[in-house]
Amino acid sequence: MSPLRAHRWLLLRRSSQLAILALFLAGPWFGVWIVKGNLNFSYTLDTLPLTDPYVLLQSALAGHLPADRALIGAAVVVAFYLLVGGRSYCAWVCPMNAVTDLAARLRGRLGIKGGAHVSRSVRFWVFGATLLVALASGSVAWELVNPVSMLHRGLFFGFGLGWTIVLAVFLFDVFVMSRGWCGRLCPVGAAYSLLGHARLLRVAAVRRDACDDCNDCFVVCPEPGVIHAPLKGGARGIGPAIASAQCTNCGRCIDVCPKDVFAFGSRFAHPSTPADATQAHAQ
Amino acid sequence: MIATRRQFLLDAARMACGTGLLGLALGFHAKPAQALPPTALRPPGAAAEAGFLGACIRCGLCVRDCPPQILSLATPGQPVATGTPYFIARGGACEMCENIPCVKACPTGALDHQLIDIAKARMGLAVLVDPETCLSVLGMRCEVCYRACPLIDKALTLEPRHNERTGRHAIFQPVVHSDACTGCGKCEADCVLPTPAIRVLPLALAKGRLGEHYQLGWEEQKKAGHSLVAPDAEHRYNLPQGIEYENGKGLSEESPR
Repeated sequence: MSPLRAHRWLLLRRSSQLAILALFLAGPWFGVWIVKGNLNFSYTLDTLPLTDPYVLLQSALAGHLPADRALIGAAVVVAFYLLVGGRSYCAWVCPMNAVTDLAARLRGRLGIKGGAHVSRSVRFWVFGATLLVALASGSVAWELVNPVSMLHRGLFFGFGLGWTIVLAVFLFDVFVMSRGWCGRLCPVGAAYSLLGHARLLRVAAVRRDACDDCNDCFVVCPEPGVIHAPLKGGARGIGPAIASAQCTNCGRCIDVCPKDVFAFGSRFAHPSTPADATQAHAQ
Repeated sequence: MIATRRQFLLDAARMACGTGLLGLALGFHAKPAQALPPTALRPPGAAAEAGFLGACIRCGLCVRDCPPQILSLATPGQPVATGTPYFIARGGACEMCENIPCVKACPTGALDHQLIDIAKARMGLAVLVDPETCLSVLGMRCEVCYRACPLIDKALTLEPRHNERTGRHAIFQPVVHSDACTGCGKCEADCVLPTPAIRVLPLALAKGRLGEHYQLGWEEQKKAGHSLVAPDAEHRYNLPQGIEYENGKGLSEESPR
């Protein structure tokens, strides 16, 4: 396999992240105002509003009824991610993804094992805590420390000391906790994952019969828990499409699998080999 | 079964306590972050600080649409809540654009869309904080703040009074009127002193409030059209014969009738 093809989805993902950054940067750097704002709220060509539903929820809990434009923006974003899966935001849009992916690579290179370990469900508790704090303090308190907006806003409006928080997350992921931020703690990802349960667009282990248990997909996956059931559950009648809402649709498993087991498909994806298909159907 | 229930409760308690600690830390961090430093001013139409911090989603659209580019988003390490818009009068005052583009740009209404007349904005209130260094009060004809005021003669007037020091000049003291001052910061920005003698302060700091039961006799009299207590006393002067007194004109010989 050519190296380009072996990293096809990774390259596409980085292109998507860079293109989005470029759209935001074109204004402040070159005076080409296609998109204004940041990931909390952006206004494209003075017509398309896009609002982060999680920030808007905090604002509402803090006691502010948002105006129409913010509400419409949130509706557009929610509708989009219901379709493509909430956590596609994490893999294809969020600028922190490149930072934590780099941390994960460095961790691998340095051969760092162990460190602190917490459950992947902690993010939902953090998510709940931020909502409670918004309710109790009457302010969008999470935005005081949110590394995601520190990084994104910092690039267009000035970092200040915000880079220290981004660096702290990077070092935390390298030395303290494997896949710590995006995989376990980030409440933004938790919020978006709530939109992912019924998503249409999914990675599916369509040729799971060909799997030779090399484990490459599990090693590369940022959310390894999501793969097992669709890959190995054929005998139990589990469909090949990844069910877990934590899948970020990053497509790394498609890239690394030497047997081409995985492919992008829909939630209704069927196994491609006839034997598997009849087995799954019979169940 | 009991073991798994115990495990479940233990897990839940562990999560709740861990994130509870985080939440508390964030909550306590959020409280002092609600205090805006007195030199930082919010864009027009912003609600009082506590309400504004719940309504603003830190998108920066107001910053982008500010024609004179005086607004910035606070960064971590600054004393203003991170990601929220502000301006410092000394760094560049609000130009009071007639169509208020910053308010129009706000997607959430954190900058109140009801504000359509910029003269009704209340970003703060100008105060002559140090008359001792104000050149006008010292008796010089500075008056730069007065000339800079976009609502000259409404928000800022010059009140002449006798200069006791020289005995023969006038002092033109700048006086701010809170019923018209928008807190745009022009006076503070243009004050010629190295440290301005006039500053825009948050309304909560700068504006006093009379007790609810206070009634100003002269106002009430004006409203009623007559004195409320006793009939207006007529002025009578005890003057030498042939001399009369008229307010403004002073003493004069009685005009022949």
